[in-house]
Amino acid sequence: MSVLTTTSVRRVTRQKRLFVGMIITAVVVALAIVGPWIAPYGENEIVGKPFTHSGSFLGTDYLGQDVLTRVLAGGRSILVISVLATLLGMVGGILIGVVAAYVGGWFDEVVMRLNDVALAFPQILLALLVLSSVEQPKWWMIVLLVGASHAPRVARLARGVALGLVSRDFVASAEALGESRIRVVIAEVLPNMNAPLLAEAGLRLTYSIGMVAGLGFLGFSTDPGAADWGLMINENRLGLLVLPWGVLAPVIVIGVFTIGTNLMADGITQLAEKGDDS
Amino acid sequence: MTSVAPDETTPATNGPACSVDGLRVALTGRGIDVVDEIQLVLEPGEVVGLVGESGSGKTTVGTALLGYSRLGAFIERGHVMLGDRDVLSLGWKDVRQLRGEEIAYVPQDPASALNPTIRIGRQLVELLELRDIGTGTERDERARAGLAEVGLPNDDEFLQRYPHQLSGGQVQRVALAMAFLPRPKVLVLDEPTTGLDVTTQGMVLDTMNQLCRSHQVAALYVTHDLAVIANIADRVAVMYAGRIVELGPREALFDEPAHPYTRALLDAIPHLKQARALSGIPGRTPGPGRRPEGCRFHDRCAYAIDRCAEAEPELYDVAPGHTARCIRIDEIGRWDINLGTSHDTDPDKSRDVILAVRDLDVFYGHKQVVHDVDFDLARSECVALVGESGSGKTTISRCVGGLHRNWTGAIDFEGRELARGARRRSDEDRKRIQYIFQNPYLSLNPRMTIEQIVKRPMKLFGIAKGREATDRVVDLLEQVALGPGVLKLQTNRLSGGERQRVAIARALAAEPDVLVCDEITSALDVSVQGAIVELLEGLRNSRGISMLFVTHNLALVRSIAARVQILSGGRLVESGPVVEVMDRPRKDYTRELLANSPSID
Repeated sequence: MSVLTTTSVRRVTRQKRLFVGMIITAVVVALAIVGPWIAPYGENEIVGKPFTHSGSFLGTDYLGQDVLTRVLAGGRSILVISVLATLLGMVGGILIGVVAAYVGGWFDEVVMRLNDVALAFPQILLALLVLSSVEQPKWWMIVLLVGASHAPRVARLARGVALGLVSRDFVASAEALGESRIRVVIAEVLPNMNAPLLAEAGLRLTYSIGMVAGLGFLGFSTDPGAADWGLMINENRLGLLVLPWGVLAPVIVIGVFTIGTNLMADGITQLAEKGDDS
Repeated sequence: MTSVAPDETTPATNGPACSVDGLRVALTGRGIDVVDEIQLVLEPGEVVGLVGESGSGKTTVGTALLGYSRLGAFIERGHVMLGDRDVLSLGWKDVRQLRGEEIAYVPQDPASALNPTIRIGRQLVELLELRDIGTGTERDERARAGLAEVGLPNDDEFLQRYPHQLSGGQVQRVALAMAFLPRPKVLVLDEPTTGLDVTTQGMVLDTMNQLCRSHQVAALYVTHDLAVIANIADRVAVMYAGRIVELGPREALFDEPAHPYTRALLDAIPHLKQARALSGIPGRTPGPGRRPEGCRFHDRCAYAIDRCAEAEPELYDVAPGHTARCIRIDEIGRWDINLGTSHDTDPDKSRDVILAVRDLDVFYGHKQVVHDVDFDLARSECVALVGESGSGKTTISRCVGGLHRNWTGAIDFEGRELARGARRRSDEDRKRIQYIFQNPYLSLNPRMTIEQIVKRPMKLFGIAKGREATDRVVDLLEQVALGPGVLKLQTNRLSGGERQRVAIARALAAEPDVLVCDEITSALDVSVQGAIVELLEGLRNSRGISMLFVTHNLALVRSIAARVQILSGGRLVESGPVVEVMDRPRKDYTRELLANSPSID
């Protein structure tokens, strides 16, 4: 009631941010999904000399493959792996954080200190360590590693949010009624964490993409011959000065996609704030 | 600096300190008024009480006196005359100069008004320094004198303290001293004692009263608490939905209230000396933009006729200096405060004890907070646990409700000893003892619909399922005076009073024998409190439910409880039937508590 006019202005900008983010994300995802079918050439088809303007308008890469085709074909794996890794990290982190907050006491203390140890370990280092020790990285390994590196970060946030909720009277009320502990967590605590967790998921997705692309760049992709945005940047960096599109095109899609997911995360946070003061 | 232009038309001693005329504050860009047609005169040395329930616009009027309106609202028209200057037409620099110096403001929450990182002494002289009043030593002297006036120590040690090193009452008195320091002509106090214990409140009010009289300061005391007003104000203005509906001398207003709203408010207030059948006001206070045409109270008014909805009534004279905004003041007859009087519960009534607390010691960690408490509760009886903050009253109730586990002693329920935590109790025990929380804004899950909330205990205890459960929910909501329209709503669509009704309905859904009510009306307006008490009384009589009623409000105890336990510092000070304890208190603590409790009788 207090700021009626300003909220109506703000409401539009808030939803605009979410809206734009959603559109950008949807476009990139759609591109990655239908890309392979609308690509003008085959994924591994040699269309001309390396780093020349043969093929479609983005030219050719270091092997003479069409850059546009590779960009269109190279999104699927990175997106699928990122989304799965984000999901894994979120579920794992929420579980750890909420249970720690709800149980409390020494259990909380032990779990969260261990979590701090995990947090102190550099995300990418763990992934590199494991991936470099196996012959051929499988896609699920990357999912697992990226997911595992997210979990402690999500756990911290989830615990923080949940701590503010478990002390609320409606949780006490459910306890007094004798609700089962699992139901208290699932029905009373979790639904009230939607907004911050959704925002966190958006942010985590952004990081996942960066990390998966980074691993690809460093050569740890599932299939070395297949198109992959991260790998493409590495493959074509020699031709950066001759024909930059081989590097720029995947960088731009990754960049645009991260901006999209980030805007979405922001939008959700703001929407949640608005919900709170209504 | 303090360039008060001498008023030539009227002698300065007789003129009002401040007069408000035709004040209208509206929401920015929407033309909806928050308050309108506010007419008020403050004489020097006079305390005027501005009373209203939440949403009535009383704070808006208070801050408008300082030429301030909160974000999203603006002062549309009107005059606030200070001598011959109009505060509202001054430039912002002049208004700034005026604030604090000629019109001072004491906020509701003093803790947020004092800067936690600045020592008390510095904060006190800050305004004087800012205006360059006096020399360093003079300022220091004035600060010390100011502290002495409000009854605080004024040695160096005290001046060196930070706000967190003071108690709530001390902080509020520092705020008072600060407000009086530049010798203002007008003082606006916005609920300065809400959140303080009654004894502290009594002290702060006394101080304020003395200072206003001795310095000839005109004070506007903004509050929702009529009982406080009855003790300190010379004149009272009652606000409803953005209008002053009645204005008059204190005695006239409390003895012969003319406006139906004032009467309804008085009917909702419990008295210390006599039990009363409290009644609420139906409906809820409409916010800006939802206020009805015509008389703004007509849709909730017992005396309303068609004509009331047509045009907004003027202020009519009831008696000299006593006006009311009602067209029917001559038709609705006299009002008698004693109409609501009911009988105290008979102290010799036979009791069938259902719940007994024996030798209760409660701990938080290793700290003992409740010492050796004994009391019992009979069937369809209401026992009140009364005490100031920190007395352990809520802690005891939480132990009974199974929400706190760290205690020794015994709580017997129908002769069986209850387990400590709710989880270790049987379903039967959990079902039969229900707990209602103080703050309905925290005790209902904001993600659930009302239906889900009220239905849950039925499912849990196997009382009803599916269609039958929904029917019962509707029944229960009807009992707590909520329609089936709220079934699918989430709690954020309801007002505080409505939320508390949902919480009561949830407790009733379990078909309990004992209700533990933890300050369940303290977050609510008096008219809502009246309605809730009315509801609980009805339930107690019709269903034979026993109630353990935790409160700090002794007047409320008189009207609702049969027996009372007075607590202080975790120990039972005095207990017995309400009539005996309140009419013939045996302990000094009880007497002091009774003496400090504000009441309108």
